[in-house]
Amino acid sequence: MLGIVRQRIARQGINASGMRIQSLVCASRDYSSAAKEMTVRDALNSALDEEMSADPKVFLMGEEVGEYQGAYKISKGLLDKYGPERVRDTPITEAGFTGIGVGAAYYGLKPVIEFMTFNFSMQAIDHIINSAAKSNYMSAGQISVPIVFRGPNGAAAGVGAQHSQCYAAWYSSCPGLKVLAPYSSEDARGLLKAAIRDPDPVIFLENELLYGESFPVSAEVFDSSFCLPIGKAKIEREGKDVTITAFSKMVGYSLKAAEILAKEGISAEVINLRSIRPLDRAAINASVRKTNRLVTVEEGFPQHGVGAEICASVVEDSFEYLDAPVERIAGADVPMPYAANLERMAVPQIEDIVRAAKRACYRSVPMAATA
Amino acid sequence: MAIWFRKSIKITHYLKANRALWGLVNQTCRSPCFHSNFSSPGSLNGENYRNPPSFLGNSTTLYGSRRFESVKAGRQAELQYDDGCHQDQALDFPGGTVAFTSEMRFIPEASRERIPCYRVLDDNGNLIMHNSYVEMSKEDALKMYSSMVTLQTMDTIFYEAQRQGRISFYVTSIGEEAINISSAAALTPEDVILAQYREPGVLLWRGFTLQEFANQCLGNKADYGKGRQMPIHYGSNKHNYFTISSPIATQLPQAVGAAYSLKMDGKDACVVTYFGDGGSSEGDFHAALNFAAVMEAPVIFICRNNGWAISTPTSEQFRSDGIVVKGQAYGIRSIRVDGNDALAAYSATRAAREMAINEQRPVLIEALTYRVGHHSTSDDSTKYRSVNEIDHWKTSRDPIARFRRWVDGNGWWNDKDELELRGKVRKQLLHAIQVAEKVEKPQLSDLFTDVYANMPSNLIEQEEALRQSIKRHPQDYPSDVPV
Repeated sequence: MLGIVRQRIARQGINASGMRIQSLVCASRDYSSAAKEMTVRDALNSALDEEMSADPKVFLMGEEVGEYQGAYKISKGLLDKYGPERVRDTPITEAGFTGIGVGAAYYGLKPVIEFMTFNFSMQAIDHIINSAAKSNYMSAGQISVPIVFRGPNGAAAGVGAQHSQCYAAWYSSCPGLKVLAPYSSEDARGLLKAAIRDPDPVIFLENELLYGESFPVSAEVFDSSFCLPIGKAKIEREGKDVTITAFSKMVGYSLKAAEILAKEGISAEVINLRSIRPLDRAAINASVRKTNRLVTVEEGFPQHGVGAEICASVVEDSFEYLDAPVERIAGADVPMPYAANLERMAVPQIEDIVRAAKRACYRSVPMAATA
Repeated sequence: MAIWFRKSIKITHYLKANRALWGLVNQTCRSPCFHSNFSSPGSLNGENYRNPPSFLGNSTTLYGSRRFESVKAGRQAELQYDDGCHQDQALDFPGGTVAFTSEMRFIPEASRERIPCYRVLDDNGNLIMHNSYVEMSKEDALKMYSSMVTLQTMDTIFYEAQRQGRISFYVTSIGEEAINISSAAALTPEDVILAQYREPGVLLWRGFTLQEFANQCLGNKADYGKGRQMPIHYGSNKHNYFTISSPIATQLPQAVGAAYSLKMDGKDACVVTYFGDGGSSEGDFHAALNFAAVMEAPVIFICRNNGWAISTPTSEQFRSDGIVVKGQAYGIRSIRVDGNDALAAYSATRAAREMAINEQRPVLIEALTYRVGHHSTSDDSTKYRSVNEIDHWKTSRDPIARFRRWVDGNGWWNDKDELELRGKVRKQLLHAIQVAEKVEKPQLSDLFTDVYANMPSNLIEQEEALRQSIKRHPQDYPSDVPV
């Protein structure tokens, strides 16, 4: 498992250079011209560091977070700085340390629990749902659970079925939880800080392949009080012909798809959801009322996915505004295969998004359902 | 101290006694030989591989001569080792130094004797000679006794109320009153309780009133839980008693987490968590005990081993000698206590609390007892156990009667007091239920609050939509929901 980690970190350089061109385009529009860059990893690390420094009740717990500096080096340097009481390496028991984290939150601490990947959170899901999510309600406000569960979610590269599932839809269906999915470094910093400060349990879905990616960030992002609101999506790129919603890694793919579509005369509006629960239905509906067409993009399994919820929300609130059926792009309905060629076909690619947008704009010959 | 470590002396005594037998086995082969000779099942003792291996202490000669064939290795080994366990030969492995032995010796699956049970009072309520226990004043003893009686009466009356259809569900703790009250009495109000669901006595001891219990069971407006939970899922922050959660044993790792928080605060308090014999099978039990030992958390694990997990007897729940032996496996100090002996349970909990706080370590108490009642009002335990068995424990092994004999024997209580107490409590309970039934149910807004710290916009909308709907179609909604 850790061998795979090292391979992944090496491969990220390829993606990063591709992204830099795109982010510089955004930089000129959204940020000051002297844009500094920050990797998602550094964004997360600095956010953890600052929140731990500001509030002595915040502590980090998980496998390999201390001595190993974090399985993906997100908690690098924190053990040295804060000591073993606040950066706790745990035995291998997700159910154990999740339960312990919840208990610590019951009694006044603010734990940040790291799952090596959210696939392993299934071994602790009873504590996440039945202990964390529902406790404030069941105890009528007597027990609040200010806990953050974070870790990589969704597909990486070549890690197979048990390391590639996206849990956004599962956790987002549960009242009592908040579910966040950052994309850029600004998202990572702002949303993680917001999550740690939030009194409710928060699921923070990172992405392994994004850790090494660099994004330009404005000066205010570096400030230790910087925080992003939970429940608000971001319009990454404005457009007028079709709305594309995405979260996490798929935001990058959607932005690239929008570039390609622009060359063909289709102006796509890309929404970075940032928050899956609560979903920013207002922003999504406002955008659809403007463009009249919608493509939802996610990496996870299609049935009961995030796109299904967005589609239902738009049909309920903005039915008269739709000029075409909603297009859903999702991962293939199979456990993730390992072979590189098969894996590529099981995860949405930029071309899939482009084709879906064109279908929504009636610019392509309709075909039978394809991936 | 002698009491707590008696068990470990017994085990080493047993092992030493058997070494003599094992000495008959030819011991001069070095460890690699063991593996190669066992590669084929036939080589073990030539016949039926399924016979229990003989090196546990029975006949060894046939077995011994076939196993060790390498004479050269044997002679070499003879030069280096004598026989049996060699304290001066030590091996360094991750985890520390461990003595070397050239005897292949499996730790038996069970000790010859079970871990003994600590008790202070005999079945007639007399103090057993030569015991150690924490003395108790008349005032404390009477408070404990009347709490036990109150708990028993409360259980009886609420059970009857469920049978009458006045509450939907109830769980009694009949037969386990001593564990409930004694353990609670040995703690301070600052100690944090994470219970399973058969420990309302702990909350009762801390001052939760009969009216508050009734309010929760009836789910009315005065319920601290705002009518969100089934009966007996009590919780009260001001009593440091965390709201009961149904899934079994989830409170165990949570207790360790809470203890970790206490530890970081440096408080003079510990966490006490309760569970049953069945709960020890959950994965959370393992994780919690393991973690508590590693984290050196000030937590007391109290297991009510009452013999039954719904219809599963302990013989089908585990094959170990109860729960107490598992403590040592995790590096946790443990004791087995007669859970129906109020003084013993009190003393053991007091001692455990001292250790947990002063030494910052977890402690495990296994309290042996019997679940006299059914698992819950949804269960009829006569379907899987004999009525005679239940009766026996209900009468001759009743913890309240036994404690009463001791209290009476000291001249602190009599029949008149008993009648008065029982009459008074029964009246209070019936009154509490009547009052609770008349209190309004929780209001509509309580459906939507506390999902999050602040109500999100979608729930505000839903509540508004619901109110509109009720206004427009009042006949479709129950009339007793205050809008």
